[in-house]
Amino acid sequence: MSKKGYYGRWGGKFIPEVLHQTFEELEKAYQAARNDESFWQEYLELMSTYSCRPTPLTHAENLSKHFGGAQIYIKREDLNHTGAHKANNVMGQGLLVKRMGKTRVIAETGAGQHGVATATMAAKFGFECTIYMGEEDVMRQRPNVFWMEKMGATVVPVQDGSKTLKDAINEAFRDWVSNMDTTHYVFGTACGPSPFPEMVSWFQSIIGGEAAEQIVTQHGSLPKRIYACVGGGSNAMGIFGRFLKEDQTDLVGVEAGGYGLETGKHAARLCGVDASPGVAQGYKTMFLQNDDGQMRHTHSVSAGLDYVGVSPILSDLNDQGLVRFEAATDDEVMEALDLTMKKEGIIPALESAHAFVQAFKEAPTMDTKDAIIINMSGRGDKDIFTIANAFDDPSWKEFIIERGKTYSSS
Amino acid sequence: MQLEAYLKERKQQKEILLMTHIVLGYPSFDTNREVIKQMVDNGVDCIELQIPFSEPMADGPVILKANQDSISGGTTIKECLEFGAEMVRTYSIPFLYMTYFNIVFKYGEVEFISKAADSGIAGLIIPDLPPEEGDNFAEKARAQNVAPILIYAPTTSDQRMQELDKYGAGFIYCTARKGVTGKQSEFGADFFAYLARCRQATTKPLAVGFGIQSRNDVQEITGKADMAVVGSRTITLVDQEGSDKVGPFIRELLGN
Repeated sequence: MSKKGYYGRWGGKFIPEVLHQTFEELEKAYQAARNDESFWQEYLELMSTYSCRPTPLTHAENLSKHFGGAQIYIKREDLNHTGAHKANNVMGQGLLVKRMGKTRVIAETGAGQHGVATATMAAKFGFECTIYMGEEDVMRQRPNVFWMEKMGATVVPVQDGSKTLKDAINEAFRDWVSNMDTTHYVFGTACGPSPFPEMVSWFQSIIGGEAAEQIVTQHGSLPKRIYACVGGGSNAMGIFGRFLKEDQTDLVGVEAGGYGLETGKHAARLCGVDASPGVAQGYKTMFLQNDDGQMRHTHSVSAGLDYVGVSPILSDLNDQGLVRFEAATDDEVMEALDLTMKKEGIIPALESAHAFVQAFKEAPTMDTKDAIIINMSGRGDKDIFTIANAFDDPSWKEFIIERGKTYSSS
Repeated sequence: MQLEAYLKERKQQKEILLMTHIVLGYPSFDTNREVIKQMVDNGVDCIELQIPFSEPMADGPVILKANQDSISGGTTIKECLEFGAEMVRTYSIPFLYMTYFNIVFKYGEVEFISKAADSGIAGLIIPDLPPEEGDNFAEKARAQNVAPILIYAPTTSDQRMQELDKYGAGFIYCTARKGVTGKQSEFGADFFAYLARCRQATTKPLAVGFGIQSRNDVQEITGKADMAVVGSRTITLVDQEGSDKVGPFIRELLGN
């Protein structure tokens, strides 16, 4: 019996026996796809015709001038179909599902972006689709629930545990262990049992490949630093992968600082002191847990970063010192979001805005000839209820109250 | 090994053995004590003590809720391990720990096994620890005379059953169907073909769990398996009707 699927001391495949065979088959299908050049060609073709790849790299001239330091470039994953990098992974797994001959897909979702992307893929490929979403996230991201249902997916609100992403993952596994014959679990991030961390990173590597070419064309050299937010870590793995071999490029992952690392109410696994090695949800990584090994409640303004674990590949890159990890607080995120909208007319998702925070802290200290890239993992208009609420916007409130009245009187 | 020998001996006198299950600290350790007393007094052959974990991936809604309520009520691992030792001192039947790997990993694999061994715990069931993972966990447990219980599922191939058998001790836990704990199982032709495959692969006693809820279910597997495992059903019973209903329920299951 082999011990594969490890990245340094992290990763593995801690699964119930009933899923053993399913993972053998998945591993086989994944390896076959990786060794088949036509698979990647088919993937690129799909992403350039059904989605909007390559996504642009935007030179944020106003922000660059504002900070007076490095030239800020934004990789526009928000312009992917469904508005986030999630589509890259989902469409890739969709092609794999077709090859495996399964007819139903399930997924967990936090912010709802992965759920929307999966529901979209299922509609396009003709799969049945069930999405598990923590009840708290359903409240935070109700518009995404609406779109998933409109595309024919069944959305199941998960009422267990902390009612967020980790609980949705547990519930998706519970479905999978019953229905693996027909069903593929479209894992949404670079976590979970092997081969998911590696497979998801592979599909997301399309981001970094494009960005490397674009920055050289537009700026004339590779970037000095790259910033990406880190929830599970798939957008970060997607843009970092290509640059791991480039000595001149520093990679910075930004975690959810929530109310501040010192408050304990955050989701910082790699840059804080609250996480420790653990095994849950099928893999070994740094988890936010207590001394007994019970997972803790996490907090972030962004549902997509509000997660107890992190990609085992990123835990390993952290060990190796190849990626630096920082945290951005909820308040800093709102400020960075506000500034980006005002200066550039671009609305980052709350998740992505974490990467903007750290870039804004560091850009002024850098040379104007240097370039930095922020991976804008998704668009923020999905967060309208959360953002409007956080800004305490009076005219929006009035609109909601009026709209509420028309529903309650009908 | 000890547990296997005990079960085989016990099986000579009974047509089927019964393993019951409780979630430690749910609804309280005091209730756990009452329930266990009733189980032992009414002829249960061994008892699975589940140490609660916040992410019980293989469990259905009943046991999931019991895990979460126990933890939010303040149950600690230390209390669970003390309770386990107390039960071993109090009763003569074997007790096993069931938990998820993170609890063991966080405690320390070696330390956890030693603690279980010192307390006289007969076996360990860790559903998310396949033998490929962990630091030679099964071997270390066997070395200390604590049986690592390996699990077969209907999706397990013949070849893998034989492979798993090499790692395990005590008995083999056969999940009656795909899915999580707590849902009714159908015992059709497929199920009996699967049990026959299990029997081919190992000489250890076969325990069947997942969805065993009634006397009828126990009768279905009598003669084909060695031990029935009842989990979620007793938790629901205690929740709804109180711990003093456990004794009559056990007697009913065993047809006594």
